[in-house]
Amino acid sequence: MKTKAGWFGKLSIFGISSWLVLFGLLPFLLVFIASFLTRGDEELILYTFSTESYLKIFDPLYLDVFLISFKLSAISTLLCLVIAFPFAYFLSQVSRKYTSLLLVLTIIPFWTSSLVRTYALVVILKTKGVMNAVLIGVGIINEPIEIIYTDVAVIIGMVYTLLPFMILPLYASFEKFDKRLIEAALDLGADRQTVMVRIIIPLVLPGIIAGISLVFLPSLGMFFISDLLGGANDLVIGNFIKNQFLTFRDWPFGSVASVILTFLMLLLIWVYSLADKINKKKNDELF
Amino acid sequence: MKNTLLRLQNISKSYDDALVLKNIDLEIYNGEFLTLLGPSGCGKTTILRIIGGFEEIDSGTLFLNDKEISKLPPNKRGFNTVFQSYALFPHLNVFDNIAFGLKMKKIPKEKITQEVQDALALVQLGQFGQKMVHELSGGQQQRVAIARAIVNKPSILLLDESLSALDYKLRKMMQIELKQMQRKLGITFLFVTHDQEEALSMSDRIVVMNNGKIEQISTPKEVYENPKNIFVANFIGQTNLLEAVLIDRDKALFDIEGKEMVLEHFISKTAATQFTVLIRPEDFRCERNLEDIRSNNYFEGELKEIIYKGVTIDLIIDLSDGKTVFASEFYNEDSDALEYTVGQKLYIYWNDGWESILEN
Repeated sequence: MKTKAGWFGKLSIFGISSWLVLFGLLPFLLVFIASFLTRGDEELILYTFSTESYLKIFDPLYLDVFLISFKLSAISTLLCLVIAFPFAYFLSQVSRKYTSLLLVLTIIPFWTSSLVRTYALVVILKTKGVMNAVLIGVGIINEPIEIIYTDVAVIIGMVYTLLPFMILPLYASFEKFDKRLIEAALDLGADRQTVMVRIIIPLVLPGIIAGISLVFLPSLGMFFISDLLGGANDLVIGNFIKNQFLTFRDWPFGSVASVILTFLMLLLIWVYSLADKINKKKNDELF
Repeated sequence: MKNTLLRLQNISKSYDDALVLKNIDLEIYNGEFLTLLGPSGCGKTTILRIIGGFEEIDSGTLFLNDKEISKLPPNKRGFNTVFQSYALFPHLNVFDNIAFGLKMKKIPKEKITQEVQDALALVQLGQFGQKMVHELSGGQQQRVAIARAIVNKPSILLLDESLSALDYKLRKMMQIELKQMQRKLGITFLFVTHDQEEALSMSDRIVVMNNGKIEQISTPKEVYENPKNIFVANFIGQTNLLEAVLIDRDKALFDIEGKEMVLEHFISKTAATQFTVLIRPEDFRCERNLEDIRSNNYFEGELKEIIYKGVTIDLIIDLSDGKTVFASEFYNEDSDALEYTVGQKLYIYWNDGWESILEN
């Protein structure tokens, strides 16, 4: 259905487009241009064309940063999915009264800056922190567990920060999911596992894909979490970019990392949309 | 010989302290078309869901061929359901929807293809295998839902208000098709509906339910002509309920709506004296002249309203004691016998023995 946009519609579209151009596209173009310039000793950037920074980034040393970053993000995303899936299902099953309460509880953390919440995690997780004090106090452990400044702490921090972004799209999918289809599948002889694989997962797949995109992509750039919770080796791409700009003052190199990260994200989004299309086309092949 | 396929013994069920089924006993015979009929909330759908395995029972037992199945999960019972909302899988095409049950049974692929084609042909959707569910009309979705269930050759096919979402004409057509399908396949059908006309036209036997209890189990003819109680009489078809007081038991002499009448077919079983006499509107005959009456029992009344219905003309008549009754006359274009005017005086009678007499 095509409807003619009124003046309000046109204004909104114009507003949003200008916003995106001004604060999205333009800064990215600047970064893109900077990635082809040269690092200066006096000034930040010398306006001479060079692909030197692009060659530099394919050094195994820097590729490692990307790999570690992808690993941390992938584990965090998977954990988010595993935790959020049953929770979102439960959320769609309970009565309306509790749904809104639980949704509010899910969203409340957004009201505080994620930086502040990450500092709170430091207080909880550190060796002489709240968690160890409680565990020792109750008598579960004798020695404090050293989680802080490890991969585990970074993953805990990412999962904690990004979990709502997995829950909300999954909940939206489960909310639309017709529970009577489960009965229909059981009626036709499916066991619980088959119902999950053949009926529930295919039908909430849009929510799963949206959740993965909303968690995995931002987690690649969340430098403050690995800054505060991670050890020396836990650099995510976000840290790397931040360090190039603020510590080493190598703006072209930082720009290259940014550009590559952006293109990787675009690539992932493209793969998702491709997978979605194939999924829609080849329904007959589902079995 | 009727052999019992499924037996419900003393089944009770409650939700949040509200008893929805009270000590239900029911036998379902092999190969019959049995309908559970009743107003909404009477427990008919609950019985269907209990048989399907979607509801647990509080007490009682379910036997399939004399083997207890009360605790079996739905996928182990060998029944299939046509759901009220159809519950077709939106991510699968028509073919895969119908093939779902067969795939669960791990039947070889060629055989599945053959069986699904047969099922599609049976519901006259031969060309629709590759369509997605949302591309079909309501009536077509209904057919897919039926095909998806019967392709598994269930021992009992459960149909939950399966036709109520269709429009009138389509519903009529599907009623006939379902009945034919049932004869052809020889599968036992258990049908749930609140539509008495649907129940009458399709069933071998009807179970009339009210308030979690079974009021009557009989053939459609029996349920219509000899309702066991006033609820059944009122629920199935339109009926006139006349107050009757027994005056003389031996002569079967009654006072019916202020007129003394002898009901020759009355059989006295108890000492009761208060009765209700049921007469269907189509069993009343109306005459303008007293000499045309062919019965000793008749009422006088005034014609209040004439409703033209095509096949019949319905008359609303006030009796002399103020009681309003309905009479329904078959319409005949060539006859002037049905030319009535509102306000005229009418004599109404019925053939002796066509009444039902119920104790109050």
